[in-house]
Amino acid sequence: MISLGFIAEGVAQGGASGGYDPLLPGLILLLPLLGFAANGVLALMAGSRAADRIRGGGDGAAIAGPDGKKPFTHTLPTWIGPGVLLGAFILVAINFFRMLGVELTEPVIRSYWSWMPTGTLSVDAAIQLDQLSMIMMMVITGVGFLIHMFSVGYMKEDPGYPRYFAYLNLFVFFMLVLVMGANFPVMFVGWEGVGLCSYLLIGFWFQDREKADAGKKAFIVNRVGDFGLLMAMFILFATFGTLDYGAIFQQAPELFVYGGAAVTAVTLFLLLGAVGKSAQIPLYVWLPDAMAGPTPVSALIHAATMVTAGVYLVARSSVLFAMAPASAAAVATIGALTALFAATIALKQYDIKKVLAYSTVSQLGFMFMGVGVGAYAAGVFHLMTHAFFKALLFLGAGAVIHSMHHALHSTHKDWDAQDMRNMGGLKRFMPATWITMWIATLAIAGIWPFAGFFSKDEIIWYVGTAGAFSGLYVVLWGMALAAAVLTAFYMTRMMVMTFHGPNRTGEDEAKHLHEAPLNMTIPLGVLAVLSVFGGWINVPGSVRESFFGGFGLLPMSAWLDSWLAPVTAGADAIRMAELGAYADVSPVGGGHVVWGAIATTMALVVVILTARHFLAREVQPAHIDGEPESGIGKVLYNKWYVDEFYDRIIVRPILATSRFCWRVIDRVVIDGTVNAVGAVSKGVGWFGSLFQTGQINTYAFIIALSALVVLGAFIF
Amino acid sequence: MTGFLDAVGFGEWILHALIWLPLVGIGAVLLAPEERAKEIAFGWTTGLFVLSLGLWWSFDPAGPLFQHMSSTEWIGAFGISYALGIDGISLFMILLTTFTMPIAILGAFKYVKERQRAFYALMLLLQTGIVGVFATMDLFLFYVFFELTLVPMYFIVGIWGGERRIYAAVKFFLYTALGSLLMLVGILYLYWQAQLNLGYPSFHFFDLLGTPLTLTEQLWLFVAFGLAFAIKVPLFPFHTWLPDAHVEAPTPGSVVLAAVLLKLGAYGFLRFVLPLFPEASAHPTVVMIMLTLGVIGIIYAAWVAAVQPDAKKLVAYTSVAHMGFVLIGIFALTTNGLQGGLIVMISHGISTGALFLILGMLYERRHTREIEEFGGIAKVAPLLATALVITAMASIGVPGTSGFVGEFLALLGTFERYPVLAFLAATGVIFAAYYMLPMVQKILFNPLDREENRAMKDLSGREIAVLSPLVGLMLLIGVFPGPILDRMEPGVQAIIEWVDEGAAGGALMEEAKGPAGVREAPPPAVPTTAELGTSAMDRIEATAELIHGSAAQREWIRVAIGDQD
Repeated sequence: MISLGFIAEGVAQGGASGGYDPLLPGLILLLPLLGFAANGVLALMAGSRAADRIRGGGDGAAIAGPDGKKPFTHTLPTWIGPGVLLGAFILVAINFFRMLGVELTEPVIRSYWSWMPTGTLSVDAAIQLDQLSMIMMMVITGVGFLIHMFSVGYMKEDPGYPRYFAYLNLFVFFMLVLVMGANFPVMFVGWEGVGLCSYLLIGFWFQDREKADAGKKAFIVNRVGDFGLLMAMFILFATFGTLDYGAIFQQAPELFVYGGAAVTAVTLFLLLGAVGKSAQIPLYVWLPDAMAGPTPVSALIHAATMVTAGVYLVARSSVLFAMAPASAAAVATIGALTALFAATIALKQYDIKKVLAYSTVSQLGFMFMGVGVGAYAAGVFHLMTHAFFKALLFLGAGAVIHSMHHALHSTHKDWDAQDMRNMGGLKRFMPATWITMWIATLAIAGIWPFAGFFSKDEIIWYVGTAGAFSGLYVVLWGMALAAAVLTAFYMTRMMVMTFHGPNRTGEDEAKHLHEAPLNMTIPLGVLAVLSVFGGWINVPGSVRESFFGGFGLLPMSAWLDSWLAPVTAGADAIRMAELGAYADVSPVGGGHVVWGAIATTMALVVVILTARHFLAREVQPAHIDGEPESGIGKVLYNKWYVDEFYDRIIVRPILATSRFCWRVIDRVVIDGTVNAVGAVSKGVGWFGSLFQTGQINTYAFIIALSALVVLGAFIF
Repeated sequence: MTGFLDAVGFGEWILHALIWLPLVGIGAVLLAPEERAKEIAFGWTTGLFVLSLGLWWSFDPAGPLFQHMSSTEWIGAFGISYALGIDGISLFMILLTTFTMPIAILGAFKYVKERQRAFYALMLLLQTGIVGVFATMDLFLFYVFFELTLVPMYFIVGIWGGERRIYAAVKFFLYTALGSLLMLVGILYLYWQAQLNLGYPSFHFFDLLGTPLTLTEQLWLFVAFGLAFAIKVPLFPFHTWLPDAHVEAPTPGSVVLAAVLLKLGAYGFLRFVLPLFPEASAHPTVVMIMLTLGVIGIIYAAWVAAVQPDAKKLVAYTSVAHMGFVLIGIFALTTNGLQGGLIVMISHGISTGALFLILGMLYERRHTREIEEFGGIAKVAPLLATALVITAMASIGVPGTSGFVGEFLALLGTFERYPVLAFLAATGVIFAAYYMLPMVQKILFNPLDREENRAMKDLSGREIAVLSPLVGLMLLIGVFPGPILDRMEPGVQAIIEWVDEGAAGGALMEEAKGPAGVREAPPPAVPTTAELGTSAMDRIEATAELIHGSAAQREWIRVAIGDQD
């Protein structure tokens, strides 16, 4: 029916390819999908075997067969899972370099089949390759491959190993669909698909009620965002009669009024979708709970890729947001609020993954600020560098938890392996993890020359200089600075509590603390290198010529800005025409270089002071330390009680209404009426039966009477 | 394939065969030994399904609107004819029926243990009734078949049902019978009006189409027909028979009820109410009432579903929510809306059918439907868990499954005309997750802490055979709905056009009633695409030439094949 060659190649459609000839774009998608299929079959086989053991009275957790060897269901995924990712990454890289060499002004589109032809709507199963999707694909398959590789070490003793890789491969497939889709519905397939995988992976250890709950919460909260995306698509279709990116972005300036209600509504609904997926206020609540999943999952899905989909969506729809200044301001404001708010919560968390989770929420806020003020390249830039250092931090945390787990398990101590109060002094046991995580910490804190410095500084700079458009941005700029300071603080706190000071795990346990195996430390190393140099690809000229660029000697460039220029050109033009250029000084004076210097110095000072503070402080293990009992510390520890608040004003009222609908409206009102009608007709039947006496003369009387009545009716 | 089918005259006998062969099957089932009855019924319905697959090729998507038409006088004095014919919409409803039947029967192999011959005979009788409803062009015949479906279902619930089966069966019967009695009155009124207009008696759809009716008459007839169909759909607030019927019905009964029987109501709206009472159907107040009830159904049923302790009842309420999407899709009267509503009908048939089958399988293992009784099942039954997760996702409309295509298009089509209602209806996607995921979690996930559940068996070969075609179709339709949408499009366009023209004063339909009448004319031969030409106008002209040639008839054919120019 459809040949493999066709699936790999597709049908070229419209647009000038500018000499760029994509190599097997469909295969990039097909590889992870095939990986999913293969691992899925293995997972079902392994699951059925485990089920047999449970029915036989066993616990189903053992992997090895009677001969002590692992069955093929647990050895093949090691090669299939990461293998398909490596294949996809190589293909993406080839395509990336091919695209690098040409001037591509429009996306290259490949269409496969007509997906939803209704008569008035036509949606193709089509993918597009352009500079933005290419960056995303590089991050997804590149970082994705490293995390797959790490997972081999992290998950290999888990009975659900093949299932894990099946989900992970499927996730990568949907994530690629999300960024490669050439129209909104195809993007939406990826959008909800990654949500589904996220649900399955958060609840991977589904026998734990809390973990299963976390997965469910993520799915339902995300559906609120998906609802927004659906509405945005409806308005777009009603306006343009199509849902293809190309046609919409091209005609938007003509069919939409700048700042008009329609485009503002569309972008606000898109924002709702983005807020859900990227865990921004008010829908961020699912992400911290999502830490229930295996740690590499947190690295891949809840740090590097899926949660950045909202940023991608805004960047992809940049033309629309440029035409709706109110929505763009809303994006930036939500970003700033989230960045600051999440950072405050991170200050008081003790679970190492929770710190990283709130840190992710906060950093996503920075990205939102970037794309909100129209600095799309800066937002995508931070998306990329964040993927490097946050994936590294999560994987490092994974290595720590892995090690802690072994240590605690060795003596069956029931301490929390993720609580930093139970750690301390781990640098002795895990030097590679320690060093690489410090690199990532310096990167996220925004210290030169690490990647985060360049990307975060870029965003803060643009937010400040957007003060030229509106005073709002000056406020946001202040919030961004505050959030940056807090970031340096809580990250240093995390590092010191985990790796420095005396070890608190316990003497017997400490003997079992160990560095992670090579297949876990290699990904850490690669990500560490990227966390150092990844920021060098987008350094503005003035900064390059300053101390930060070694006065022009270091190999830095403003490459990413120019690379993404064709994608953001439409939005940039609208912004220039309507709002004008960014200011070239910060709201309180000082140029880009000066502020870079201030920012990095500030971060460095915070890191040093925080480190000194926590090194001097004695930390007690969790069971002694207990929870903070009063003051702001308690509020922050309890995450501002937002979950409790939502529970009161949303979850419980809906449940109560649901019960009311069922018990009162359905059962009493409607069924009551129906049963009453039934009873009445029964009564009428009984009344009628009185006349059925079986006596001829009664019948004759009734017939005669009736005849008279009818006759009378005709006469009068 | 097409050539072969033509050679055996497939188009001429297939509809008759699909209606009457199940009755022949009843004979076979009744003659068989008790323990063989199920196998014979399964074999018979499978054969019918294979036969019906030929429709996929014999139905020409580029051909006339109605195909495989035939007409024979039945009760001449009253103008009742045995007239059959299908368009793209009925095509898929018939395929859905013939597909569901063998699966429902195979799924019941272990469930039904008593009076098997009678049970399978009733299932076959049900199939005759349902296919008849979808295949007939004569309104009286439609009524006969519509009522015919009621009888076997009543017995299936009442005899093989659960503890409260009698209450459920009587409630089901009274609810639906009440509705259809009003419809009968409506049908007779319409028939008399049409007879005055035509000069001869007829119940044929084409004869009734365009019967001049005042708005008042149309509104009353809309109520008479609409109530019967609204109960069948079921539309809020006429839905309370459904949860009871579903909970008490044996698994195959629930499957057929959800997969096909509910569609009779929606189909009735599409085939008869909209075209025959266009002015009423497009009346702003009527539309607003229907849409509002649909939207209420979506949200209300989702809420009620979420708090059900009984899994089967939960799924029953989700049916109400899904059918709400169908209703808004239909009454938005846009191409996307109708196409979407129809896909929801198909998708709901498949996914809800699968849900009932899976719940039935769980019931056979644990003899309970209480959600709280389960937990951690994914550990002991990974295949069942996989099927349930995929089905649940299709049911709540995750993209890549059939549910998404339907809901997306229905909402999109509704938004084109009624953005606020579409907005409210779209919140249904959130509430769908709110009712479905907790159930999935409580059954499949959480600790495996009950001894009885630890011993639970995974799917057997037979159960895999039952579920895999359903799961396969959910994904297939989610990814390649094109061929279905293409075939339904002419039917959808015709309905919209009839309503638009009818609502605009019915000028076209005034002319449509020819003096010679339709029934006297030989049944329209099915012209080939080549004869029809490519443009819609050419096709109309060619069809008209082929049949008679009078201007009036040209007009009715124009109506019948839905001129798309």
